Amino acid sequence: MKIHEYQGKEILHQYGVPTPRGIACFSVDEAVTAAQQLGGKVWVVKAQIHAGGRGKGGGVKVAKSLEEVRGAAQQIFGMRLVTHQTGKEGQVVKRLLVEEGAQIAKEFYLGMVIDRGRQRVALLASSEGGMDIEEVAAHTPEKIHKVWIDPVTGLRDAEADTAACNIGLPAAVITEARTCLKGLYRAFVEKDAMLAEINPLVLTADGHVLALDAKFNFDSNALYRHPEIVAMRDLDEEDPAEIEASKFDLSYISLNGDIGCLVNGAGLAMATMDIIKLYGGEPANFLDVGGGASREKVTEAFKLMLKNPKLKAILVNIFGGIMKCDVIAEGVVAAAREVHLQVPLVVRLEGTNVELGKKILSDSGLPIISGSDMADAAEKAVAAARGL
Amino acid sequence: MSILVDKNTRVMTQGMTGKVGQFHTVNCKAYANGANCFVAGVNPKKAGETFEDIPVYASVLDAKVATGATVSVIYVPPSGAAAAIDEAVEAELDLVICITEGIPVHDMLKTRYRMQGKKTLLIGPNCPGIITPDEIKIGIMPGHIHKKGRIGVVSRSGTLTYEAVGQLTALGMGQSSCVGIGGDPINGLKHLDVMKLFNDDPETDAVIMVGEIGGSDEEECACWIKDNMKKPVVGFIAGITAPPGKRMGHAGAIISGGQGGAEGKLAVMEECGIHITRNPAEMGRVMQKVLKG
Repeated sequence: MKIHEYQGKEILHQYGVPTPRGIACFSVDEAVTAAQQLGGKVWVVKAQIHAGGRGKGGGVKVAKSLEEVRGAAQQIFGMRLVTHQTGKEGQVVKRLLVEEGAQIAKEFYLGMVIDRGRQRVALLASSEGGMDIEEVAAHTPEKIHKVWIDPVTGLRDAEADTAACNIGLPAAVITEARTCLKGLYRAFVEKDAMLAEINPLVLTADGHVLALDAKFNFDSNALYRHPEIVAMRDLDEEDPAEIEASKFDLSYISLNGDIGCLVNGAGLAMATMDIIKLYGGEPANFLDVGGGASREKVTEAFKLMLKNPKLKAILVNIFGGIMKCDVIAEGVVAAAREVHLQVPLVVRLEGTNVELGKKILSDSGLPIISGSDMADAAEKAVAAARGL
Repeated sequence: MSILVDKNTRVMTQGMTGKVGQFHTVNCKAYANGANCFVAGVNPKKAGETFEDIPVYASVLDAKVATGATVSVIYVPPSGAAAAIDEAVEAELDLVICITEGIPVHDMLKTRYRMQGKKTLLIGPNCPGIITPDEIKIGIMPGHIHKKGRIGVVSRSGTLTYEAVGQLTALGMGQSSCVGIGGDPINGLKHLDVMKLFNDDPETDAVIMVGEIGGSDEEECACWIKDNMKKPVVGFIAGITAPPGKRMGHAGAIISGGQGGAEGKLAVMEECGIHITRNPAEMGRVMQKVLKG
């Protein structure tokens, strides 16, 4: 689960990482009032969306008067911000962060990730602040200092200091940097994060370190123990279809194609998308109904897919193990009737009680196209979507 | 022979008395030699009771001492599953198979740290388990699709493993053992570990390796195969059409920072001599072709 920059900075602040003073705003007037409240002569008005690359997309502006704050807020608020992470449709800006401006002497990068190979939390620190860390990793990997952190001791002082020195933070701010690094690590572990980034961490003209940005992504499997993180969820930033799916414990991801897929199991669901593509079609979604799909769940899954106006065909691919094929077949028939299905439906069933399942489908009187195996079903779904 | 488990393996079930644990314990017990293999359950609150004639013990250690079980299967809910693994490791079992899906990653990081230097192997979490056909089934896979034979199967996915197994069985090729290593980012045995076991197993002739997007386990396994594997390997990677940055159902199935894409994995696997297919419906047929030479 992702959160906004201002929320990330609240978390960092709780862990002793210095951040600029700032106020989250939900309207242009609020932004002007916030600037007044903060005082000073320079402010930064920042679009709050979950995607990165906001500056390049025109979502971050520096203002040197209250009029300029108003002007910047008017430009950004409500804009459809397009960045390399939003896709070309962009994301509408509904929240702003107004912050006091900082005099930047140099920018750095700090990140925490889970290193799957080493099975450790890894600290990534770099002198190349403000850049995309993947770019740095691809072109100048030697500029990334890595520390694999022992989960029992946590990030040690010496490790933090070495990292700070290696990326070129001056000796005078080593203690401050240590607080930043250790705070970031503690926040990462205690809040069950999968990714945390401060990019950039800056050295200010008056010789302090400051987190100018904050990005967090949390482990959705651990949210049950973090109501404070769940409270930060912004549904405006998520796909409505994916939100709807999560209510029914369905795993759903919208894609750009026109063939809906309903599958049990994540691996088979991905493979089903792949085989649709292989036979010349385009999948409309990823949808895993899980191991224990009931008739209700299958019906909800159909409704979800049918909300997509581009949908031209549906492919149901079930390898029933625990899930019996007759139960699935009943669910499919009931769902197709309930939603008055208008698009062609191809069903491939395999596994426990498969013959019974196939009989239920053929006895239903519904125009269900039967696929004998995965390839046959995919081919038929692609043909059906083309109106053949 | 087979890898890791056979008809003589003795298994305890942690979380046997919950709804999921009960359902699968009944099925595992009914499969092949299951009635002799599943000898204990663990639940501190229900020690002294029985389920399906299987005695329940207060702890893993009690169950081990009383029954000689050396393997555990875990159906404990996510919030307590990592602690259940820890308990099995402390009791020095040989193998733990954790079926549970949804364990927080930071819990698994700590558990894997505690497992360093210990003898216990871990399969999973978030996996279907392991089966040696006609001998023993430990986990949630449908037993009847399997057939005893000489092909090994290792996979990160559940139903996609069944798909591979179903294709093999339909073509008359049985399996030595099938191992689901799980879809989580932090897990126990990797493709590489299972591949080594298959390589050393005299009753395995060839292996199907099913991977998916995320991480670099498949690439590491492929590099090892290139230099060491004595048997042919057929490979498939799910997620060629998966968009970057999205978790595709499995917690570990995510392309992040330009890493873990399916095409990249397939390219490395092909270069390392694995017989790859981009068609998930062709895994069995590719294996058939490879074995016929």
